[in-house]
Amino acid sequence: MDKPELIINGKRLDGRTPEQLRPIKITAGPIRNAAGSAYIEWGTNKILAAVYGPREALPKHTSDPDKAIIKCRYTMAPFSSLEEHGRPGMNRRAIEISKVTKEVFENVVLLDLFPGNEISIFVEVLQSDGGTRAAGITCAAVALAASGIPMRDIPYAVSVGKAGDTLILDMNKTEDNYSNADMPVAINPRTKEITLLQMDGELTPEQVRQGMAMIDKAGETITRIQREALRRPYEKVQEKYKASI
Amino acid sequence: MNISTITEQYVRERLTKGVREGGRGMFEFRNMTLEIGKMINAEGSAEINLGNTKVLVGVKLDVGEPMRDKPDEGSIMTGCELLPLAHHSYDAGPPSAESVELARVIDRGIRAANIIDLKKLFIEEGKSWNVFIDVYVLNYDGNLFDAGTTAAVAALSNARMPRYEDSKVIREGNLGKLEIANMATSCTFAKVAGTIVLDTDGNEEDFSEARLTVANDEKAVRAMQKGLGGSFTPKEVDKLVETAFEKSKDLRRIIKSSKVD
Repeated sequence: MDKPELIINGKRLDGRTPEQLRPIKITAGPIRNAAGSAYIEWGTNKILAAVYGPREALPKHTSDPDKAIIKCRYTMAPFSSLEEHGRPGMNRRAIEISKVTKEVFENVVLLDLFPGNEISIFVEVLQSDGGTRAAGITCAAVALAASGIPMRDIPYAVSVGKAGDTLILDMNKTEDNYSNADMPVAINPRTKEITLLQMDGELTPEQVRQGMAMIDKAGETITRIQREALRRPYEKVQEKYKASI
Repeated sequence: MNISTITEQYVRERLTKGVREGGRGMFEFRNMTLEIGKMINAEGSAEINLGNTKVLVGVKLDVGEPMRDKPDEGSIMTGCELLPLAHHSYDAGPPSAESVELARVIDRGIRAANIIDLKKLFIEEGKSWNVFIDVYVLNYDGNLFDAGTTAAVAALSNARMPRYEDSKVIREGNLGKLEIANMATSCTFAKVAGTIVLDTDGNEEDFSEARLTVANDEKAVRAMQKGLGGSFTPKEVDKLVETAFEKSKDLRRIIKSSKVD
C-alpha cells in the first residue's frame, strides 16, 4: 500500500490537530477482586489494569528482604486488533513493554515500606489502536493509586511521532504505521522526571526538545483525567451520603 | 481457625438452612447483564456480568487451512484465559488444567449444538474460515462455565462475517453477519454441603463437592460435564437435566434480547 498523507490542511486523518490528544476516559475500580484497578478508553484503545498486593513475593528467590519488588505483565488479547487472530500471552514485544512499565512504577512506589513483598501489575489490552504502552502505563498508574499503595507521584505516559516533518502527539495505529518517528515517554508530573523513554525513527535534537514540550503540555490534560477518575467513586459516596441526610 | 474455615462454616450453615447470598433460590441465577459488540476490532464480542463474575468473549475469523480430517469444513477453536488480573490465585504461565477444561466444555456445547454450520465456512480447496472464540475471565466469582457459554453464544450470534476477495480478508465496511444455525446455553449445578445449587458464587464454589454442567438447546441435551471428586445419583442427574431445560428458556431469552442489529 502507498504511504498515505498523514496531515492534510493541518488536520490529521482523524481530524485532530498535530498537538491534540485523542479522547481519554478512565474508570477506577472495575475489577472487584483486585487491590486496585482501572479501565481506560484512549481513542479506540480499551485497556484494563489491575494491581494485586503487596503480598508475599513468590517464588521465594524473587523476593528482596529490603524492599518490595514489582512484577508487571502487559499482554494483548488475541481479538484486540482488526487483523488476524493473535496468540494469547507474551511475545518478545510484550516482554519488553512489561519490563519498561515495571521500571516506571519502581520509580514511584515507596518500595521500602513492604520488604519481602511483591506488587503485581497486570495490563491487559482488550482493543488496540496504537499507543497501548503509554495508555497502559497511564491506566496502571490509576489502578496503583486506587489500591492505596503509597507512591511519590502518579505517572502518565504518551507518545510523540512525526508525520513528514511535523511532530504529532499521541499517534493512532495508522499514523504509527506510516510515521517517521515514535517516541513514547512516561513522566512523573510533580517533578517532571522522565521514567520511560523509547524512540525509533528519525528526530533532530530540536525535535526531541519540541516533542518533550508537547508531552509535558499533554500531561496537564492526562493528569487531570487520572485524578478525576480517582476522585469519582468517592464523590459518588459523598453524593449518596448528602442525599441521605 | 483460618479464614477459609470460617467462610466454609458460614457457607455450609447457611445452605443447610436453605439460605443463599442475596436471598436467591437454590436454582436461581445471579443477576446477569450482557453487553454486545463493545470490542469493535473483534468480529464479535460480548461481556457478561454474572453477579461479580465478569467475562469477556472475543470472536475472530481468519482464513486458514481446514482440519486434515475435515477438508471441506471450517473449524472452531475455543480458548480460555484465567487472567491473573481476575483473581489473586490465578498465575501467569501455561494454561492450567482448570482453564483447559473450561475451554473444552464451552467448546463442546457450541460444537454439539451445531451453532455454526462448519460446512458453510468452507471457501475453496485447502481454504476455510476458522472461528476463534477467546474467553477472557476478567473477574472471578464462580460459575465461569455458564458465564463463558452465555457470552460466547451471544458473541457468535452477533458477529460480523468478513469477506475473502482476491486472497485478502476484508474485515471492514459493509459486511453481513456470521450465520447462526442454533442456540445453546448451559446450566452448571454444584453440590455444596450436600445441597444442590445452580450458579455457584466464588465462596460456594470453593466448597463444592461435585459439579455438573448441562448444555442444551430447545430439543436436546448437547453436552455434559461432571467435575470434582464428589458424585451425583442418577435421580439427581435426571432432575438437574430437567431443571437445565427449564432454566435455559430464560438464558435464551436474555441472549436473544441482547442482540444488536
